[in-house]
Amino acid sequence: MANKRPFTDMLADSMPKLVLAPSFVIMMVCIYGYILWTAALSFTKSRMLPQWDFVGFDQYTKLMANDRWAVSSQNLIIFGGMFILICLVIGITMAILLDQKIRQEGFLRTIYLYPMAISFIVTGTAWKWLLNPSMGIQQIVRDWGYTDFTFDWLVNSEMVVFCLVIAAVWQSSGFVMALFLAGLRGVDQEMIKAAQLDGASLPTVYRRIILPSLKPVFFSAFVILSHIAIKSFDLVTALTGGGPGYSSDLPANFMYAHAFTRSQMGLGAASGMMMLGGVLAILIPYLYSELRGKKQ
Amino acid sequence: MNKTKAAIAGLALAVSAVVAQAGEVEVLHYWTSGGEAKSVAVLKDLMTKEGHDWKDFAVAGGAGEAAMTVLKSRAVSGNAPAAAQMKGLDIQEWADLGFLADLDGVAKKAGWDELLPSVVSDIMKFEGKYVAVPVNVHRVNWLWANPEAFKKAGISIPTTWAEMIASGPKLKAAGIIPLAHGGQAWQDATVFEAIALGMGGSEFYNKAFVEHDDATLRSDKMIEIFKMFKATRDLIDADSPGRDWNIATSMVINGTAAMQIMGDWAKGEFTAAGKVPGKDFICAPAPQTEHQYTFNIDSFALFNLKSDEAKEAQNTLARLIMEPTFQEAFNLNKGSIPVRQGMDQTPFDSCAKLSMKDFSETAKTGNLVPSFAHGMATTSAALGAISDVVTNFYNSDQSAEEVVVKLANAIKASM
Repeated sequence: MANKRPFTDMLADSMPKLVLAPSFVIMMVCIYGYILWTAALSFTKSRMLPQWDFVGFDQYTKLMANDRWAVSSQNLIIFGGMFILICLVIGITMAILLDQKIRQEGFLRTIYLYPMAISFIVTGTAWKWLLNPSMGIQQIVRDWGYTDFTFDWLVNSEMVVFCLVIAAVWQSSGFVMALFLAGLRGVDQEMIKAAQLDGASLPTVYRRIILPSLKPVFFSAFVILSHIAIKSFDLVTALTGGGPGYSSDLPANFMYAHAFTRSQMGLGAASGMMMLGGVLAILIPYLYSELRGKKQ
Repeated sequence: MNKTKAAIAGLALAVSAVVAQAGEVEVLHYWTSGGEAKSVAVLKDLMTKEGHDWKDFAVAGGAGEAAMTVLKSRAVSGNAPAAAQMKGLDIQEWADLGFLADLDGVAKKAGWDELLPSVVSDIMKFEGKYVAVPVNVHRVNWLWANPEAFKKAGISIPTTWAEMIASGPKLKAAGIIPLAHGGQAWQDATVFEAIALGMGGSEFYNKAFVEHDDATLRSDKMIEIFKMFKATRDLIDADSPGRDWNIATSMVINGTAAMQIMGDWAKGEFTAAGKVPGKDFICAPAPQTEHQYTFNIDSFALFNLKSDEAKEAQNTLARLIMEPTFQEAFNLNKGSIPVRQGMDQTPFDSCAKLSMKDFSETAKTGNLVPSFAHGMATTSAALGAISDVVTNFYNSDQSAEEVVVKLANAIKASM
């Protein structure tokens, strides 16, 4: 009896570790292990299957000289930048409007949040129809009598990347709104009341008190949105198929095409590592500021 | 407790008994749509009649991309299927890695060398030995036309590329889209390939797209071809980007468009709509390629297997595929033509007959060339590089002089 207690105690102590161990191992192998594996592959001349013939930075040199890579990374900057910015602006605006203690708030909130429940494939297909010049928005407006109206971004290689932005913003801004709404509800009401007693107007209260206190929400929204942008693949596949030409290609599509269908695994791995670099460039400053904040 | 154990053991035994059963072939393919599935069923029936088991391993989607991904993981883990649908230079890549079985025994007995044109058998062989077996031939350089549309515009079906461009304004004046096209990279490449073959000739074509000769790729001829390619852009409606090929074909069927450049799989769309070749639609060789033939051949690569029973079944499969019974039944369903020479032509329609005649004729004159747009001429890496350049040129305002340099560089970089 006296012996048993320490044992159960020990078991209780190590229980969390035991329970977490399988998922920890899976994560180490399937995420970090494969990151290293991909990194190693990117230095080989692997084509159809992995092949351990190391060629240094050759694949990266090829990648940098590749026109399609240049287009897709440029697209990512345009798409990512606009997508994040517009989502944040729309999300905050909607959150503030919904926060005005209006009727039917729960109902409205659900409507705005719903697109997030749809997969990007569905969003992409629906917007493909809406944006198609001969059967979508352009045609409807022309049928109304405005026969000069043109909205042919989907088939215009200069503008097609903005179609991606439209569809992605439609899908994700409701989610950003929900994040900010939760943040707004968490702001100390006493502070707001105090400010109002001091005669601060509503816009001032938002600008000086509420929004600054939402800084962590900003950061989370930014990180979530940027990783959605970088890993965007299904949206492009469904909405434009990368076209016209390859003008709406994003790095994820480039990586998939080369690693899996074109037997250029080395080049595909190199582009994957470049994408990882992009994610880290955003994530490391964020983690740094988060961790530093905790210490203080 | 003991009962469950016994039950599990029994089940395991039963499963292993099924697996160990003699003569099973597992066949990986991506023929899942209506006519295609019917074509595969023919082979399955023949195999069952011979007393072997057929294990269907169909992976749908992405013109075989999904199937290839599955195949890679299966092969690497040492569990390759008996046969996998595979095309063109992919066969060489797999054979080079040592995955494919030697079929020379079957091939010698059935005399494949006499039955196949050498351009075709070269693709099926690795280091002089058969490793794959061809199923059918698709001709890619077809022009599908709606005669009604041409009657309306008062012109005849073009036989040169210049005539084709000239027909544009007249067809447009009659309210018809001259050329039905889907703006996807492979369709762009299909049109480009037809122009390159027509204007450049077979020798030029082979030099550029099979041997990748640098001087040919940068030549003035190539610039001219790219200029003609860009000129066809005027024949296409603005909504083409992203359109699937069968939607483009339906535009020709219902008369909103006059022509389409597409392989003979387009015929299936016409016949499914109840159209009769020669009357409701015309199949003609693409302009200036009357005596030339770009082929796209579907084939099965056969993988190394361990057990003798499985090998035996695999050899039977290879033999059956090349036999007239299968070649005829399969190709009637699929809309392509038999790869085996000297077959009875009677059951085939007029388009297929023309295709069969041209196939054997061009095989003798050296005008039978592999379609690069469909992966018969180059590795998937080089094909990817070429399609990128071609499709980007078609959809941007790049000049023809610029693009030939890009083409030559891209091909070099993909090697």
